[in-house]
Amino acid sequence: MRVLIMAKEGEQSAAATPPTPEAMAEYQKFNEELVKAGVVLEAGRLYPSSQGKRVRFDGKKRTVTDGPFAETKELVAGYWLWQVRSIDEALEWLKRAPYEGGTFEVREVFEFEGM
Amino acid sequence: MIWRIESARLVAGLARVVGDIGTAEELAQDALVAALEQWPAEGVPERPGAWLMGTAKHRAYDLIRRRKTLDRKHEEIGRSFEWAQEGIDLETPIDEEVGDDLLSLIFTACHPVLSKDARVALTLRIVGGLTTEEIARAFLVPVSTISQRIVRAKRTLTEARVRFEVPGGAERIARLASVLEVIYLIFNEGYSATAGNDLVRPALCEEALRLGRILAELAPEEPEVHGLVALMEIQASRLRARVGPSGEPVLLLDQDRSRWDRLLIRRGLGALDRAESLGGALGPYALQAAIAACHARATTAAETDWLRIVALYDAVAQLAPSPVIELNRAVAVGMAFGPAAGLDLVDALVAEPSLMWYHLLPAVRGDLLRKLGRFEEARAEFERAASLTENVPERELLQRRVAEWAAEPIAG
Repeated sequence: MRVLIMAKEGEQSAAATPPTPEAMAEYQKFNEELVKAGVVLEAGRLYPSSQGKRVRFDGKKRTVTDGPFAETKELVAGYWLWQVRSIDEALEWLKRAPYEGGTFEVREVFEFEGM
Repeated sequence: MIWRIESARLVAGLARVVGDIGTAEELAQDALVAALEQWPAEGVPERPGAWLMGTAKHRAYDLIRRRKTLDRKHEEIGRSFEWAQEGIDLETPIDEEVGDDLLSLIFTACHPVLSKDARVALTLRIVGGLTTEEIARAFLVPVSTISQRIVRAKRTLTEARVRFEVPGGAERIARLASVLEVIYLIFNEGYSATAGNDLVRPALCEEALRLGRILAELAPEEPEVHGLVALMEIQASRLRARVGPSGEPVLLLDQDRSRWDRLLIRRGLGALDRAESLGGALGPYALQAAIAACHARATTAAETDWLRIVALYDAVAQLAPSPVIELNRAVAVGMAFGPAAGLDLVDALVAEPSLMWYHLLPAVRGDLLRKLGRFEEARAEFERAASLTENVPERELLQRRVAEWAAEPIAG
């Protein structure tokens, strides 16, 4: 199965302190391990929400709002798409990630409809 | 789930120490049992992998000491003494050299001394971390069949004194071919299930892809590894388009291409680029991947570059001539130069003994005959094809096509 991991690390504003080189190295090591295990299909980080837009649908009406968005704790800062055999396997991997804070949401991707 | 993540690395690291994968697997499982007993009470260690490896290596050390004592009794002290001392290193962090150990494990599980079935089962068990039950379910055979196959495979490896290593030189090429073959066999069993009620078993395709991706990381300099990965990624991109709403097969040219998985296509084309840039454009897997890529790049079936596909099949046929390749080439020729040209090639294959029971020969021939308006002959070919396949949905598709013409015989 595929799972989408959404990293809700809080707002990544330009003013926030950049990660230390040690933290970066730790993260890269973890990511490399995932890649070597054939788990990672896709990964990406997002620009701060100040550069984002929202489009709201209401019947025929579309409303575009500019960032930044208020609900900082819910903002996705990065994502992974993983190929795993179960949610449990994804959790086992995720718990090893070298993060000190934030919430990571694990969601299964809907596949093979009708099968 | 710890087992799934850690087993391959664990078994690989231990096999380097104890020399055979059977013992290594037992030690790894003992360590896992210890973990399941201790972790709930004491908490999960910060590095679970290192904990498991450390625990298992201590047991390996005990085992070797016991063997040594036994050997001493048999007055064969020297060799295994040195072996034990150089082999055991509890201080080295497990991340070091793990890559080579894992590669050795894959090469050992896919050793040509084993039958194909044994290689497949052992690879899924030891490298993929699947349970015997999971493998049996995937291949629709009794659990006892798989467990016997694995036991026998381990014994064969021991008896043949297969060394736990990454082979070098000319041997590496042949051994790598065996590894690639095993992975592709697993993939194909998932992609075109040879028996049973499911047309595809995506779980097996996913296992094969995962093995391929792992191998591509371990041996990034091997173009054919990337060729195989490219082939599997592109073929897998069509998995959900190959099966219709009621489980019936949908042929490539009839598939809804918007259902193709763009992510897998992109990964596949990327892997093909890597294979080609490493000088491997003419490898057998890279060539087949290049053919698959022709379909993947065509937005509609009508845009397919059949001339290029024919040229690629020519290259495949030169490299590894086989009646099945000829049959595929005939299909491409039929599309590029018309059904009559394709039929000429297929007719030349009818007497081929190895294709005698191959259902796709009459299926292809029937399709070409139908396009040429020779419906009666076409119907006979489809009926023959239906009688030759053991896959239920595929047989029903063939029967349905015959029935459709029976309803309107002149429509074509």
